[in-house]
Amino acid sequence: MADLIFQRTPAMTDKITHYCPGCTHGVIHRLVGEVLDELGLRERTVGVAPVGCSVLSYNYFNVDFLEAAHGRAPAFATGLKRVRPDLIVFTYQGDGDLASIGGNEILHAANRGEKFTTIFVNNAIYGMTGGQMAPTTLPGQVTTTSPFGRKVEDVGWPIRESELLSTLRTPAYIARTTVHDSQGIIETKKAIKQAFEYQRDNICFSLVEVLSTCPTNWGMSPRASCEWVASDMVPYYKPGTYKTPETTK
Amino acid sequence: MKGNEAIGEAAIRAGAKNFFAYPITPQTEVSEYLVRRMPDVGGVFLQMESEIAAANALFGAASTGERVFTTSSSPGISLMSEAISYITAANLPVVIVNVCRAGPGLGGILPGQADYNLMTRGLGHGDFKVVVFAPSSVQESVELMMLAFELADKYRNPVTLLSDGMIGQMMEPVDFDNVKQPNPPDKSSWSTTGAKGRKPHLIRTLFLDPVDGERANRERAAKYAVIEANERRWETFNLDKPRKVALCAFGSIARVCNTAIDLLQKEGIEVGLFRPITLWPFPYPEMKKLAETTDMFLAVEMSNGQMVDDIRFAVEGKKPVHFYGRQGGQVPAPEEVVAEVKKLLGK
Amino acid sequence: MPRVNIEPNRCKGCELCVRACPQQIIRMSREINVKGYFYAEVFDQPRCIGCTLCGLTCPDLAITIGVNAVAYRFFDSPITTGGAS
Repeated sequence: MADLIFQRTPAMTDKITHYCPGCTHGVIHRLVGEVLDELGLRERTVGVAPVGCSVLSYNYFNVDFLEAAHGRAPAFATGLKRVRPDLIVFTYQGDGDLASIGGNEILHAANRGEKFTTIFVNNAIYGMTGGQMAPTTLPGQVTTTSPFGRKVEDVGWPIRESELLSTLRTPAYIARTTVHDSQGIIETKKAIKQAFEYQRDNICFSLVEVLSTCPTNWGMSPRASCEWVASDMVPYYKPGTYKTPETTK
Repeated sequence: MKGNEAIGEAAIRAGAKNFFAYPITPQTEVSEYLVRRMPDVGGVFLQMESEIAAANALFGAASTGERVFTTSSSPGISLMSEAISYITAANLPVVIVNVCRAGPGLGGILPGQADYNLMTRGLGHGDFKVVVFAPSSVQESVELMMLAFELADKYRNPVTLLSDGMIGQMMEPVDFDNVKQPNPPDKSSWSTTGAKGRKPHLIRTLFLDPVDGERANRERAAKYAVIEANERRWETFNLDKPRKVALCAFGSIARVCNTAIDLLQKEGIEVGLFRPITLWPFPYPEMKKLAETTDMFLAVEMSNGQMVDDIRFAVEGKKPVHFYGRQGGQVPAPEEVVAEVKKLLGK
Repeated sequence: MPRVNIEPNRCKGCELCVRACPQQIIRMSREINVKGYFYAEVFDQPRCIGCTLCGLTCPDLAITIGVNAVAYRFFDSPITTGGAS
């Protein structure tokens, strides 16, 4: 090959990931790595890993990393960013980490306008612990702790974090995208790049919610999982830009 | 200065300019003092949404190598337990002050000492310890606070102060200038400040492989053996001769006991006081030695008896150990201690 | 002429690249790799248009794409243009 037009970017290590076949964590990790390299931010970036399937995400990035307690990544990131505002700080969190136990930490970090970036991977289920119901699990969706389907009369409707955090008065960049098809992947990279640009320019808190797949716990093949995102997740979790720092109520 | 404010000022003098906290009585004055003082010194003050968030922010902030601290009181310290376990597992230096109040539950806002077990044994899940200093005056709070940052950096472990509502609220003269402070050590071998020109640093606490897990724990245990050998601190009063009774107390109750000793002396009864300054590492060898020249011990605490267990442990059954305590925010008066001593002596 | 290289031992057989390829020139092999997965392979390389959608879709960094001479560039980014954007 004379010219490589697509290859691993330096921010990613060459370790083979522990993620399941077809898990879109691998795609999202790579997009973050590409953005950090394209914006020249890798060498002053510190990442905060969650508890969940991506607890080991630090093995796949050539970046300083902290391993946070469950849900507390936004508090870790607040500590990092306030003490060293020159660092680029990002948290990478799943739905249990961000929307359940960490609901308060992300709410207040966003409300204070902490200038770090959060990548929120929403796959409507708890992956690492074996497929339990998440606050983002869809009505009727079968999980190990909702074996007859999520009953909204009993446990309420799924939480839409992008919409929720967009109601805060503090300026922020909040967007929701998907990675279930090529177009979604390209949109996700654009959103992640926009998010890190806002941080690089010291403007505001940024969050990108990425609708992702969990083939193993959904009990589907990777290809069918991508279809399920389109047919079931996208109607409830509508992709789009929910807030930019320019449009503050 | 007020005890709470002096603690904040002491931290700043120690070069600790990063404070993340949450209000709780009886220590909120630390925040109210530091919110004005931190901008003067170019530091960071942030009131977080809960003690949970404050303690977790300490982890992130300490990872950069800067000196960081927080203060709280008993119920807030319970909330910080999770984060303290993580911070210790990650070998990060932080300083945490517990201005103890009555408990358990919401308890009361008056002083207490019933967090002794929490601080020395129960501050989070897993095998770990934190150094626990017990100041008994505002001046001592200042000196121990500044020493805390030095030891936290030296051993890469949390160091804590167990103060109480009385010391936090009282006003006493303070001298900051005569406290020596060595420079902080270089932390660039492990701090996460951006992987420029080096391999990335990872600060983690998960060790799925038991070989790694045991190694990490053994290294920590070795660190604690060094601390136990070198950092025990205590003070004795009127124990230069053999005594029938040695009072044992820490913090503000030691001062109550001092007054009790003076009152007893007026009646011709000579009694001594052993005051541990480090609750962990507890001065076991010193107390064991004291048992050779003392007939009996009387622990006086604002609790239902927590330090008394360590005294029994120290004297190894050689001499009787008695206990007198008040709870719920009640502070024992010197006269009560006098009466208890006289009861023990059969007078 | 673009050339897609799929590293068999990195592939986990998820088939997402098969789905993503607009030319439909990727299929799953009948051989298994060292992990026991049927890996993806390009079976009609001359029809590749260098869109890089397979590389974008792969979660496992198993795909590299190169070109000799002229290539269609659909997205301008340092990954595809080999330099700063």
